[in-house]
Amino acid sequence: MFGLKSASLFGDTKKLEREIDEFVDIVSEVGLVFKSIVPTYLNYSANGKFEEMVEKVKEMESKADKITKDVEHTLYEETLIPDARSDVLRVLEHLDEVIGMYQGNCYHFSIQKPNFPKEFHDDLIDLTETVVNCVEALCLTVRSFFRNIKSVRDNAHKVTFYEKESDIKFSSLARKIFDSNLSLDQKMHLRYFVEKIDRICDQAEDISDEIQIYAIKRSV
Amino acid sequence: MELTIIIFLLGGLFLGWSLGANDAANVFGTAVGTRMVQFKTAAIVCSIFVILGAIISGSGTTETLGKLGSINALPGAFAACIAAGLSVYIMTKSGLPVSTTQAIVGAIIGWNLYTGSSTNIQVLITILGTWVLCPIIAGLLSMLFFVITKNFLQKAKLHILRLDAYTRTALLLAGAFGAYSLGANNIANVMGVFVPISPFTDINILNDFNFSSKEQLFLLGGIAIAVGVFTYSKKVMFTVGNDLLKMSPVAAFIVVLAHSIVLFLFASQGISNFLQSINLPSIPLVPVSSSQAVVGGVIGIGLLKGGKEVQWTIARKISLGWVLLPILAALISFIILFVLQNIFNLAVNY
Repeated sequence: MFGLKSASLFGDTKKLEREIDEFVDIVSEVGLVFKSIVPTYLNYSANGKFEEMVEKVKEMESKADKITKDVEHTLYEETLIPDARSDVLRVLEHLDEVIGMYQGNCYHFSIQKPNFPKEFHDDLIDLTETVVNCVEALCLTVRSFFRNIKSVRDNAHKVTFYEKESDIKFSSLARKIFDSNLSLDQKMHLRYFVEKIDRICDQAEDISDEIQIYAIKRSV
Repeated sequence: MELTIIIFLLGGLFLGWSLGANDAANVFGTAVGTRMVQFKTAAIVCSIFVILGAIISGSGTTETLGKLGSINALPGAFAACIAAGLSVYIMTKSGLPVSTTQAIVGAIIGWNLYTGSSTNIQVLITILGTWVLCPIIAGLLSMLFFVITKNFLQKAKLHILRLDAYTRTALLLAGAFGAYSLGANNIANVMGVFVPISPFTDINILNDFNFSSKEQLFLLGGIAIAVGVFTYSKKVMFTVGNDLLKMSPVAAFIVVLAHSIVLFLFASQGISNFLQSINLPSIPLVPVSSSQAVVGGVIGIGLLKGGKEVQWTIARKISLGWVLLPILAALISFIILFVLQNIFNLAVNY
């Protein structure tokens, strides 16, 4: 009635809420798969199980892309949350980039097949776990931005904590690699992989910083 | 109806049009400006409820203005309306947030002075007191609602999208209430001076429903306000929504609600009678300024947030307007009455 279309307004709202929740679930799930991919690669190299996991990440990435587009269209077509629309879309786009970074790492492992000596395995797995924990904390920050603005700060603080942890672990591993007896080209190749995994945390911290600003804007 | 009567009524209709063009933005400005509610939706709801408010609850404030000075000739009422319109235009051009309420009171006093009629000082003091109280009460109410809403939202943990849907609905409902209150409270400014000399006669439909001459005048005034809403308020709404009241939609809802309650309080015969019945002082039924109620509400929220965002210059300008505008309107009214009587040979009083 009167152009407000209240029934469809609440219907669209529920659908979008579900889609956004589903999107954040995907970010979290991709992280969990990535956490298993790295040890699988280190132990069995790029075998069938590894490729199966990479394929799963690819599928989840496509699904996330579709959701982002759907949410974007609905938000603009129905002129929903006009005051926070651009902020919400930016958060979703940047989260999509995190999925892209996970996927990129998987592809690089699959194509370049880096040869990590056994002595670096634990450190690499440890770094990967910290990165995934950082993204998990980011997912909590995103969820609190949508539902409970008061806890954005607490969750964003965890992201910063894991990002610092990741930096320390990256530096330590990179130092170990360059102190080893490997050839320079191999050292640089391994450093490239370690750096690329660590970068996911930098991206997560940038997003959580942005969300904190958006949360201040959203306060009543 | 004679052509001269229509011409004289045009003064009031012009005031009604300008009220619709400007004050509808106080009710729906932020909602439309931030695109939470479509302009078409806002204009339809606003028009319907302004007319309903004017017809159903517009009598109280009109009676108060009548006690201040009862203009008893159409040319006199015409002069008062034109004086009010002109003085509002001049003050608005000077950047003061004034309202027709203050102007029409000044214009009536101008008529009293010109015709030698006495001004009821007691009523005048009540009216002046109400103008000061209006933004203060709006400010206090918006502070109260702000605290309640903030606590509720923190506990309810609504999804941003669901909050958006609820806020749109709330803005529309508060806007409808605001429009009703605006019509009830401010119709006196538009048509009040014509009530004692209404050119209409009562209409009786099926012996059950009496449509009094006063209600017919209020319907006409309400339609003039609605025309103002449809023809000119869109621009004002976008200005209010984007420039003046840069606030969240939830805060905008709080301000509109506080504004609407204040306007309703000063127009509701029912609440006034109820307070009297329980031996409390009754609320004077006085037309108050919609814009100043909104500014009061905004300042109230600003104070709760630490006071940094409060634009005290606006508060100073408002209080300056309380004094300057009635004086200017009285002066212009005096001059127009002189011109009508001495150049056009029209009787401005009997």
